[in-house]
Formats: sequence, C-alpha cells, structure tokens
Amino acid sequence: MFDVYKIRKDFPILDRLIDGKRNVYLDTAASAQKPLAMLDRINNFYRDEYANVHRGSYYLSELATEAYEHARLTVKNFINARKPAEIIFTRSATEGINLVAATYGASILQNGDEVLLSRAEHHANLVTWQQWAKKTSASLKYFDLNADGSFSKENFESALSERTKIIAVTAMSNVLGTIFPIKEICKKAHSIGAKVLVDACQYAVHKKIDVQDFDCDFLAFSGHKVYGPTGIGVLYGKYDLLAQMPPYQYGGDMIEHVSFEETTFAMPPARFEAGTPAIAQAVGLAASLQYLMQFDFSAIEAYEAELTRYMSREMLNVNGLKIVGNIPDKGGVCSFSIQDIHPQDLAFVLGKEGVAVRTGHFCAEPLVNLLGYTSLARASLGIYSTKEDVDDFIKALYKAKSFFE
Amino acid sequence: MSIENLIDDFSFLDGWEDRYRYLIELGNKLPHFSDTQKREEWKISGCQSQVWIIPHFEKNTIRFEGDSDAIIVRGIIAVVLEIFKDKSAQEILDIDVEEIFDKLGLREHITPNRRNGMLSMVDKIKYYAEQALKGQNEYSRISG
Repeated sequence: MFDVYKIRKDFPILDRLIDGKRNVYLDTAASAQKPLAMLDRINNFYRDEYANVHRGSYYLSELATEAYEHARLTVKNFINARKPAEIIFTRSATEGINLVAATYGASILQNGDEVLLSRAEHHANLVTWQQWAKKTSASLKYFDLNADGSFSKENFESALSERTKIIAVTAMSNVLGTIFPIKEICKKAHSIGAKVLVDACQYAVHKKIDVQDFDCDFLAFSGHKVYGPTGIGVLYGKYDLLAQMPPYQYGGDMIEHVSFEETTFAMPPARFEAGTPAIAQAVGLAASLQYLMQFDFSAIEAYEAELTRYMSREMLNVNGLKIVGNIPDKGGVCSFSIQDIHPQDLAFVLGKEGVAVRTGHFCAEPLVNLLGYTSLARASLGIYSTKEDVDDFIKALYKAKSFFE
Repeated sequence: MSIENLIDDFSFLDGWEDRYRYLIELGNKLPHFSDTQKREEWKISGCQSQVWIIPHFEKNTIRFEGDSDAIIVRGIIAVVLEIFKDKSAQEILDIDVEEIFDKLGLREHITPNRRNGMLSMVDKIKYYAEQALKGQNEYSRISG
C-alpha cells in the first residue's frame, strides 16, 4: 500500500525546518533525499562488517565482500539484468558513460562513423560523446524533438545511417520530463547494427527499469538520485560486450595475473573496478533500492504521475508562468519561467520560504539555449513529495510574484 | 555612501524581505550595460544568472562596473562594487568580503558552500587585483 505520509517518516531530513519554515524539497531530480534504511545500513556496515573486499580470507573481509557482492545482486534485480556480472559499480553515472566511451567507443569508432544523441542530453552524456567523437574522428549527430518536447520517431529514424555506431540517449529528460521510448530505439538501432547506451539517471527514480525488455546494450544511473548515497553509480552492460572491452583504469583488483612485464586482466565486472571500490556506498545503494523495491513500482508511478499533473495544473494557474515541456505522461519534473522574474531571483525568494528548486541550465545548456532561455527554474518530485509540497510551492510563487511587482 | 553606511542601513532592516527590497533598490541604481559591454570576456562563469564585471585599471586604484540579468544579483553586485570602490590592488586583496556580507546579514550569498557563483564574482575581482600587482612589479623591475 502506497502511503506517502508513512513514507515521509522514513526520510528524517524532511522534518527539519528551513529557517523556521517547512522543508519543501522540490529538487529530487538533482539529488534525492535519503531513507533511514540506507543511513542505518551504512552505519551498521561500518560498525559491524567493514574491511576491504575481495582480499582477506578473514571473517570481516568475507562479511564485507558478501555485502558488496550482495549489493551487485540487488542492482541486478532492480534493473532485471541477466546476471550480477553485468553490473559495474562506478563513482557516478558520468563515470559509467565515460567508461563506455573510453573503452567500447574508443575501440570501435573510426573516421566517418557516427554517434547519435538527442538534443535533450545532459552534459554527462553530451560532453562525453562530443569529446570522444573528436578524439576518434567520428561525427556527432543530434536528432530534434518535436516542438512540444516529445520524442519524434520520424526525426530519430531519419538521423540514422549505416554509419551510426552508437546511440546515446536519455530515458527521461531532466529538463523536459519527456520519457523516451527506449525499447523502440534499441530495436531500430539493432536493426542497423548500432549499439545503444541509455542514461537512466532520471528514469530510474520514477519508473521501473527492465534492461532485458529495453534490450539496451549499456545503461547508466547514479546512486544519489535513486535515494542512495553519493559517490556511487551503476553501469550495466550486456556481458558479451563487457567481455570484449579493454579496461578503463588500471590497478588492483582488476587483474588476473601480473608480472613485471605483463598483466592479464580479470573478467567483468572486476576488470572495470580498479582499486578499492566505493564499498559502503554500494551497500548503502542496495539498501535504498531494497527500500524502493518494497513498493509496487506501478503504484509509485501512478502516484507521481497524478502529483505531476496536479503540480502542472496549479503552476499554469499562476499568471505569466510558462512550463517548458509539458506533454502528458512526462516524468515528475516541471521546468518553468515566470515573465519578468529571473529564475535566480525567484529561487532566492522561494528559498526563503523553505522551497528548494533548481535554477540555471540543469547541465543541459545547449537544450536550454535552444528553447530560448539562458536560465530556467525547475521543480521536481520524488516518492515523498505531497500535494502540500505543491501547495506551499505555489504559495511561495505568488509571494515571489508580489515581491517583484 | 560607504560600506559602513551600508552596514548601518542593513542593521535597521528586519527580516529577509526588507533586506532583499533594499538590495533591489541598490541594484536599481546601477546603470545597465549596453550589449557591447556584455562581452564574453567580462562574463563571470559559474553563476546561475548572467553576471558581467568590467575592470578599469586606473593610476592607483581599480574601478569596477557590473551588471546582471537578475535583479537581486544586481543588488549584490552593487554591494560588492561598494566594498571595492576606490581601492588599490593590495587593498582589494586584503578585504574579507565574507565578513562584510556577514555584517550585512547577506552571508548566504557569498559563502563558498553556496556555489551560486556570487563568490566567483569576488574571486574574479581579486584575480584582476593580482594581475594589476604583477603588472606593477614588472613595471618597477623594468623601470627600476
């Protein structure tokens, strides 16, 4: 049973006051708040089970290794991968994307090959492929969305060519909220022999990921956005692809055998986890995912969808407010501008009212500029967001409007 | 108007609303930049609004002009320009801006833990002061 008021009790930070005001946290798209289950798990792990992993044959090292590998299994279940070895722990989603570009991308891309991105990519995806396309002399192409911010099958398909080798797309835009039809994208991509990397950072917060149903080749998401710790990300890759890829970084724990002259590398996932990994963060991430998995994801989706519609409707009642990207069935983010008020000025006043929203270009500067802005404000929802949050946000918007009039 | 006057004025203001209103008033007195002044090289990076600071290296001081597309930010710029008005390069480097913003009750806008770019503006001003000092040293070495 999905009871948001019960859920809120699991997130202690929501109870703290902001300058005497209720904490109205509407920046989950930037980073989500943390459930007690995760905080307790990390605390207990360090207190009772901690040692380095994959090394000692003593009790604590065994416990820690078990916890770390169990975290991998939890992630595997969360995204329905075929086996735990398809899950690589990284520092962030950004690192996951960089890993794919620097290993798979660098080894297959040749002069004249094409990498295809949407116009709505986050800098983590955009800048990484832009730079690796330059390094490999591949060309970088973009497909446009429709004017209302929705995915255009026509634009996507006409941007494909026989030279398209990699398609790197978000599953949900962090600016527009648009959900991309990943399954269809993958099917089309595979029919021309291209591989697909999915940036699932936003999608993972709001919708159930099924990598087998998507049939994507790679998928990355970050821990901190799915109510997990900072400093941990997940990269999924189809095992056969991972097994062909060269290492990303060199060091301990990623080797099979080392001599003074030569090294043979371990099989995935170890091959891509050089050095001591973010052990406690992986364990904490698993606790957050387990927390999420106790709910029926379709109930979370339905609740958030309703709240998103409510928020959009209430926002549009505010005179002069424009939502950027307001298609039905979008994820829980509303980027917006208010006539004659700069987003940063707005955010200062909202902040004083206890309301946290993001302002700026949301690490998608080309898209925000393309939409005709240098800066926007964004309110985003999470599992703990309520109608009261939206109502307080709207009240604060009116306050800001009267303040700047 | 001096920074002491400003601190005095702000001390009579109760609550953020009055402080922000006063900031906006200060910002309104700043002339707006022309499009030719809004050059990329004067733009402060890392701000969530667009901020431009132009340095004018004068005989013993550095004079600054500034503008932004956000009005509270224009107020903050007005305060920052007041703090650094008629100062030599060395004086600019010696000023503790955080302390002054603390006294103004505006500390949150200028602390490094709030990475909204306001501090980048001060960093850039101090960078110009450092450049000016280096230039002077070079000048004295050459002329000496």
